[in-house]
Amino acid sequence: MAKTIFERTSPGRRGYTLPANDVEIKLENCIPAKFRRDGDAKLPEVSELDVMRHFLELAQMNHCIEKGFYPLGSCTMKYNPKINETLVRNHGFNKLNPFQDEDTIQGALEILYDLQESLAEISGFAKTTLQPVAGAQGEFTGLKVMKAYHEAKGNTHKTKIILPDSAHGTNPASVILAGFEVVEIKSNADGMIDIEDLKAHVNENTAGFILTNPNTLGLFEKQVEEIAEIVHAVDGLFYMDGANFNAILSIVKPGHIGFDIMHYNLHKTFATPHGGGGPGSGPIGVREDLIKYLPAPLIGLKDDKYFLDFGHEKTSFGKVHSFFGNFLVNVRAYIYIKMVGSTGLRRISENAVINANYIMKSLEKHYSIPHKDIYCMHEFVASGEWQKDKYGIKTLDIAKRILDKGFHAPTIYFPLIVHEAMMIEPTETESKETLDEFINAMIEIAKECEEHPELLTGAPQNTPVKRVDDTLAVRQLNVKFEW
Amino acid sequence: MPFISNTDKERKEMLAVIGVQKFEDLLTNIPRKFLQDKDCCLEPAYSELEITRKVTELAAKNLSTSQANSFLGGGVYDHFIPAAVDHVLLKPEFHSAYTPYQAEVSQGTLQYIYEYQTMICDLTGMEISNAGMYDGASAAAEAILMAVRKTKKFKAVICGSIHPWYLEVIKTYTGGAGVELVVVPTNNGLVDMEKLKQKIDDETGCVLLQTPNFLGNMEDAFAVEEITHSAKKALFIASVDPISLAVMNAPNEYKADIVVGEGQALGNAQNFGGPLFGFLATNFSLSRTMPGRIVGATLDADGKRSYALTLQAREQHIRRAKATSNICSNQALCNLAATVYMTLMGKEGLKEAAVHSTTKAHYLAEKICELDGFEMAYNVPFFKEFAIKTPIPAKEIIVKLKAKNIFPGIDLKQFGYENMLLIAVTEKKRKIDLDKYVKALQEVNNG
Repeated sequence: MAKTIFERTSPGRRGYTLPANDVEIKLENCIPAKFRRDGDAKLPEVSELDVMRHFLELAQMNHCIEKGFYPLGSCTMKYNPKINETLVRNHGFNKLNPFQDEDTIQGALEILYDLQESLAEISGFAKTTLQPVAGAQGEFTGLKVMKAYHEAKGNTHKTKIILPDSAHGTNPASVILAGFEVVEIKSNADGMIDIEDLKAHVNENTAGFILTNPNTLGLFEKQVEEIAEIVHAVDGLFYMDGANFNAILSIVKPGHIGFDIMHYNLHKTFATPHGGGGPGSGPIGVREDLIKYLPAPLIGLKDDKYFLDFGHEKTSFGKVHSFFGNFLVNVRAYIYIKMVGSTGLRRISENAVINANYIMKSLEKHYSIPHKDIYCMHEFVASGEWQKDKYGIKTLDIAKRILDKGFHAPTIYFPLIVHEAMMIEPTETESKETLDEFINAMIEIAKECEEHPELLTGAPQNTPVKRVDDTLAVRQLNVKFEW
Repeated sequence: MPFISNTDKERKEMLAVIGVQKFEDLLTNIPRKFLQDKDCCLEPAYSELEITRKVTELAAKNLSTSQANSFLGGGVYDHFIPAAVDHVLLKPEFHSAYTPYQAEVSQGTLQYIYEYQTMICDLTGMEISNAGMYDGASAAAEAILMAVRKTKKFKAVICGSIHPWYLEVIKTYTGGAGVELVVVPTNNGLVDMEKLKQKIDDETGCVLLQTPNFLGNMEDAFAVEEITHSAKKALFIASVDPISLAVMNAPNEYKADIVVGEGQALGNAQNFGGPLFGFLATNFSLSRTMPGRIVGATLDADGKRSYALTLQAREQHIRRAKATSNICSNQALCNLAATVYMTLMGKEGLKEAAVHSTTKAHYLAEKICELDGFEMAYNVPFFKEFAIKTPIPAKEIIVKLKAKNIFPGIDLKQFGYENMLLIAVTEKKRKIDLDKYVKALQEVNNG
């Protein structure tokens, strides 16, 4: 159990140095008494060494990609190249203020322009905006584009967005935030959109349809063309949640197969660090006639000069970020795309898909895999239902036992349409021997369910803490340290 | 091919296990006509040496605020960041982990978020903080959504002295919920209290005030609070500069119900405006309407203190369409930077940074006002940023001073103010930097 930083504090200790103040003005002459704080804010008083030991101790309690396999489905936990971290720390990038004159930020704008156009090329769209800072904000941005499109046509009756029951939770939440209503449709036994159910729900009130493709089962929606026709027939817009874009780079261009809008998760597909939960970046791409609704500014190029292009501000739906999005994350994605190059993109997806199918095939005798008869793309969904039915072992227990074996657990209990789901995404950066170690561990765990179920119900044992009581965390809410 | 481990031989072995001849055999679900027959039209791959050269050259095309004498702020500030902050951020256990879904192997992330929440609560005087938002703008927008959800009153009154681009984001975020936004105009650089009173009624769900406001001026939050709470149920939202809180009122002193702000100034570089992070804190009565992640202390199976995500029943992955927000990933690593920063600077350091910033800003304001033709745009208290009326268009000053590597401030013309510069000062400025700026302005004046 690590001490909190507040328990390491010792009054009078310092972890910083600042020069003496060389102007002779008193605080009292700057801030009227009424606006001055009543007593000091309570903050730690520790030395720099205290701080470094504290955060090293905390760091050592985390799993991370560089420590081991991280098959968290839908999150694309691929290796994050080190060169990115070195290059983005150039003061020419991280010490720019967003209000600088355009003459002084030409290099930054060139990178953003190049990335904006590269993402459009990779996905087959006419233009992208780099302003959304996360996938969920990308979804929201795409939905606001839909709203602007329909409103411009006077189609205020278009209030409903259709999405499948396999959708990420952010999809319905973004739909509501954007002021639409959610219509949920079913997936069929093959894990595909149930076309009849879709037809039954599409009507003149349909504003759009959100599809993750490959879907959250890791399967490519083979009826995508038919779905696009159905949605377009009522002037709905077809949106692709690009969470799983890592599966189809240079294999399929979403903009060429009927999608009108998509978001990218640069922290997934383009290898920028996940940061313990951000900062990510969630640009969106759109077809030509939707560009005018995107947030301003876009990045423009005229006479060899890059500029912040506010030209479409009057038709734009507005802004989603204070400034221009997560610039430094975008620089990392730019570097990654340059290093991968034109021929490398497809290699990423090939390896991601082969790795996923290899694990799926190797586990099919040991775990229920509802859709094993279809080759998966970059991830697949297994189920703990055999273990639950036979031995009463829950997927949660299996996940905790996976931690004991030195791996991060898969995404569990998602998608909601698979009982006891375990969503496994290896990514392309993992080697065969790592996959074999994971496969062997999973097979061992399947055996343990039968022979030593207590190893699962008592798991984890080899982690920095034992199983954490998260219901207690709600029941006895304690969200700040009292000191 | 960089960053891929498997060799052709290993791939072949794996395809054999899968039971196919070649990769393409796995693409059975993709209609054939959709398959790309050529690679994307991008440049050929750069090696590490080549990309380093290219990117370094691009960085050199920018003129950074560490090469210039910069007085730019506008929501993003150049405060001092101890070197140790970045050393913590670079630990892969923090930067190459994800959301702490598996608590047992994420205690490091969970504990620092808990410590972050504690420090934000101590700074703001509030009872509960979430784990962070995208930026100050979306934090303000989501606070409004919290308030209308809680009060079921859909009129949100915004004090018009807020950052104009925050207002744009607020419009985007609140439009879908059917919130009616009422923007109260300013008078002499502060929200017009008389007009504010007129706009408040029993349909008002909340009032949002930024202080120090966009122009750097200190708003009378006590007066705005009184007006706000005179309406039935209305909640008072304050958007604040976290550095200012070391010396200025903690928002609980003026009875704010929700406190938000841009957190960048706490240990994060300017980053050309992103990544940033927003903070959001409130009192327990509103905890279940909060957006975003929250970490709670709990016990593990051995009864030892540990941490877990809590109150998740508000969030999109559980509640889907009924969630309090769509936010999933936030800006966790930026929150870590803030946590390390607040820890290193501590009680005294944060105060020192605040005192230096405000006193140096006042010194500069005084000196500039001694120049012919220059005067304070408003004669009201300000913190570290202030607006100056200029004898010539601000744009001309910016162009002239660029030649001397000085960024004199933000041209407020783009926000509707003629001949005005918005000038920000932090503790990083020495007297000599301030004097050089004044001298350069004088030279402009002398033609």
